[in-house]
Amino acid sequence: MTTAQAHLAGRAATADLGRKPRSLWRDAWHTFTRDRFAVGGLAVLVFLVVATLIGPYLWTQKISTIDFGHALEGPSLDHPFGRDDLGRDLLARVLDGGRVSIAVGITAVLLAITLGTVIGAIAGYFVKLDNPLMRVTDLFLSLPVLPLLLLLIYLFREPLQMALGAQLGTFLMIVGVIGGLSWMPVARLVRASFLALKQREFVEAARCVGAPDRRIIVRHILPNVLSPVLVAATIGVGAAVITESTLSFLGLGFPSDTPTWGRLLFDAVNYLDLAPHWAIFPGLCIFLIVLAVNFIGDGLRDALDPRRKI
Amino acid sequence: MGRYVIRRLLIAIPTLVAISFIMYAILALAPIDPLSQFGADPRVPPEVRERIREALGLNQPWPLRYVKWFTSMIQGDFGVSFMSHFSVSALIWQRLPNTLAVVGVAYLVGVLVALPAGVLSAVRRNSALDHFISSTAYIGFSVPTFFTGILLIIIFSIKLHWLSFLYDSNLKVIDVESLISQIKQSIMPIAVLGLFEAAVLTRYVRASMLENLPLDYVRTAHAKGLGERFVVLGHVLRNSLIPVITLIALGVPTIFGGAIVTEQIFHVPGIGELLVTSIGTGDTPVVAAVVMIFAILVVASNLIADVLYAVLDPRIRYA
Repeated sequence: MTTAQAHLAGRAATADLGRKPRSLWRDAWHTFTRDRFAVGGLAVLVFLVVATLIGPYLWTQKISTIDFGHALEGPSLDHPFGRDDLGRDLLARVLDGGRVSIAVGITAVLLAITLGTVIGAIAGYFVKLDNPLMRVTDLFLSLPVLPLLLLLIYLFREPLQMALGAQLGTFLMIVGVIGGLSWMPVARLVRASFLALKQREFVEAARCVGAPDRRIIVRHILPNVLSPVLVAATIGVGAAVITESTLSFLGLGFPSDTPTWGRLLFDAVNYLDLAPHWAIFPGLCIFLIVLAVNFIGDGLRDALDPRRKI
Repeated sequence: MGRYVIRRLLIAIPTLVAISFIMYAILALAPIDPLSQFGADPRVPPEVRERIREALGLNQPWPLRYVKWFTSMIQGDFGVSFMSHFSVSALIWQRLPNTLAVVGVAYLVGVLVALPAGVLSAVRRNSALDHFISSTAYIGFSVPTFFTGILLIIIFSIKLHWLSFLYDSNLKVIDVESLISQIKQSIMPIAVLGLFEAAVLTRYVRASMLENLPLDYVRTAHAKGLGERFVVLGHVLRNSLIPVITLIALGVPTIFGGAIVTEQIFHVPGIGELLVTSIGTGDTPVVAAVVMIFAILVVASNLIADVLYAVLDPRIRYA
């Protein structure tokens, strides 16, 4: 070996050691940030969440100040989103209602992925429970979701509102029915991954050293299933926001003192000729959040799928 | 194959029975009294209300009522509407054609738009045309149908005065003039549903085409000198359509869900509008019947998707 070659080899070795170790998540984040659409979607989503969270403190118009003299006025500098039929400021209402819309979307998805992951993990891991649980999943997949949602809300809205108050009662009910009717795809996904993973050597090794089922499921298999669940959850938020808006739009969602984006559209529909701005701004918000979430979901799928790495 | 179809059918029937039971149980155990409408009226004395309950059979235990309702339902009798006192099946038969017409034409429009758009976008991958089609499709399925409907009304009815947003169900097509007004009043509801469906399907067609284009059989077809058009349409498209056709069948429930919203916006008197109205008035027999119709549509489209997949893809063999 000549000195020049030894020198080169030495440099290569130091270069390797000098580089920071890269984890899976760092790699994924790197791929994610190179997807312009995904980053744009993330920016829009963060903007909408921050705006609805702190916006009501900065934009001091009240959501319930009535001013008949200026009812249905279009957008102006003082009221950038215009006013509704009672002269209430729509920007304040969109900000305030957006909180509820986004909260419903996120909570419903959390419920759906929790249910789906638990059911999918049990079905995939315990052979005896697989068939009955998957029959139940198939049955839920065959339910007509939107009609059933409407029916459940119509039947259980009043008692829950009586028991828990109008806003909390409606919130829990809508989150419950949306989450309870959308866990099935996640359950199938998790079950399929569990079936494949539980045959692998690392699971066998864990069992050999005496790990109990619980630990194998939670610590060994579950982390390997997280990325597809994360992608499904992201896209699920958009779907849940649309479902909540649809219910409110059909008049079976939140009451009018909780101006979620769908509820604002429901109220605006009768004034489309006089005040189109009333419908356009909340509609644009729904559209933007769904588009943003879809872009993020696609970006995450590419970033978390090791097969797509170059 | 025949045995597979029969086995799928035999699974579909208990599924429907289970759904009907769940739905009836929810209705029967719900804290809302089907007679709350009469109950709200103080002029109805309690003993009369009791007699109405008895006449409607509501004082029997609900499992018994379920069995009675189910046996008459499978004979096509859904009971009588509490509100209008028409038979429920008459109400549904009156409205189902409107829904099926709107949904059917919308689906056709969706497929006719999505096929060429998806194929072009996959064949000319990363071209300006592909970017245009893909981003339009992306936007298309991110806009909820109720917002598309509202936008169309604002643009075409209120600003441009081209189309009316009220659907006239009494319109009979007898001559050219009435045909034109029928088309004019159907354009917006069909466009809302059709464009949404087109956006969803375009993505599927494009993705499926992209999966097939780099495969060996495509290179073989090129190598033996077949023209580009024939390779794409005769070989790649045929194979790409297998998953797409399944997805078309599986998408049927979604488009019927969209129809509930669309009918509400444009006041199309279909079964979706009937469902929302009946829920509003607490008309339980109608609600139960419409939910069952939707359930049948979902189960039937799942069945069709499974069977089509087995028929179209010879690689899949079911024991």
